[in-house]
Amino acid sequence: MAMSVAVVDYGMGNLRSVAKAIEHVAPHASVRVTADAAEIAAANRVVVPGQGAMPDCMRELTERHLRDAVMRAAAEKPFLGICVGLQMLFGHAEEGDVMGLEVLAGRVPRFPQAAMVMPDGSRLKVPHMGWNQVRQSEAHRSHPLWDGIADETRFYFVHSYYVEPQDAVCIAGETTHGITFTSAIARENIFAVQFHPEKSAQAGLRLLENFMRWQP
Amino acid sequence: MLAKRIIPCLDVNAGRVVKGVNFVALRDAGDPVEIARRYDVQGADEITFLDITASSDERDIILYIIEAVASQVFIPLTVGGGVRAVTDVRRLLNAGADKVSMNTAAVNNPQLVADAAAKVGTQCIVVAIDAKQTSPGKWEVFTHGGRKNVGLDVIDWARQVQLLGAGEILLTSMDRDGTKSGFDLALTRAVADAVTIPVIASGGVGSLAHLADGVTQGRADAVLAASIFHYGEYTVREAKEYMRQQGVEVRL
Repeated sequence: MAMSVAVVDYGMGNLRSVAKAIEHVAPHASVRVTADAAEIAAANRVVVPGQGAMPDCMRELTERHLRDAVMRAAAEKPFLGICVGLQMLFGHAEEGDVMGLEVLAGRVPRFPQAAMVMPDGSRLKVPHMGWNQVRQSEAHRSHPLWDGIADETRFYFVHSYYVEPQDAVCIAGETTHGITFTSAIARENIFAVQFHPEKSAQAGLRLLENFMRWQP
Repeated sequence: MLAKRIIPCLDVNAGRVVKGVNFVALRDAGDPVEIARRYDVQGADEITFLDITASSDERDIILYIIEAVASQVFIPLTVGGGVRAVTDVRRLLNAGADKVSMNTAAVNNPQLVADAAAKVGTQCIVVAIDAKQTSPGKWEVFTHGGRKNVGLDVIDWARQVQLLGAGEILLTSMDRDGTKSGFDLALTRAVADAVTIPVIASGGVGSLAHLADGVTQGRADAVLAASIFHYGEYTVREAKEYMRQQGVEVRL
């Protein structure tokens, strides 16, 4: 049977790009953009993308009865979270004062305004939008999802909030924009990134290809 | 550190790239997909499509174009032109655009910016501002290709669109557009310093030094150019190499 991957559709953002990028790197896989809990449960791999505001994402996830399906996927199969799909794995989100799924302990604050002013008076902008370097953490440098991706490779980011894990052990990558924040996490079958691999040219495609091959 | 972005801009009319693109061995100079792929290979950080289709019958063609580009080019795509309602924004995003830019519609109906941002997220909404200098140190917002003064101060409008929920500003100097004499650096810096969202400088690029100046003196977060890339004068990669020599952080 062909490998199947479910891209969880909870009504937020551009899911087509994620699906297209996966199809591009894994032409034989069956890629389904789906809001059906049974289809998510049946898939070999699950991707949770995300764009937009955390409160909307959490509300949509609940209203579409996808919470359990996402929780179960995060517990048992290769799981890739992207952007808000990373943020929702954590606890309290400053954006809209909502709770995430609490799969991992930690919170999701906004970039602090005070850290954004440079010595020359210019300002680092929020959203953090564009290509920035990801420093792979010592502990996870040999993680299969970093395979073939050089340390400090640039990926495309668009976000105003970031995750602050309680337990540093899960930090797989860090990025600096005024402050240094966690831009990738890894734990068992879960890998999640703040950047958009589907929009990060060759480096992003390589990460998606690695995910499709990953046997955690 | 976040890299400064270089963004080639393509004008598209009824599905064809106009103003001609002069790459070596391009099979079809009007094909947006092939041109977008070339820019991707050269290292463009994003691509902006400006839909200048006048006929309403042909306006949906851009959706198919974006869909085709998005299935082959995996960098951010911005689309502007003819966006009048939140439904236009949604359709473009669903076709594969990452950001949608609005200009006249935002001026006529600022609430559209707020409604669109609430619906699809701030990060997807770009407001394009066409600016003209009206007296020393003062710029006003123009529409209709620089013919109509809408009576808004550019700095005030930039601050307002940020409050409404724009995630980025595409700032074009109508005084410099097409002149190849460089960005209006005073304008760029005034706007970049007035807002906390990213600003893309546009209008007037004629040399690689102009691109670097937009960042170092204009404090732009990204620079947009059309003709210097289209006519093969410089590749995006050459532009980035030059900028790096000038101490600008770029993705190479």
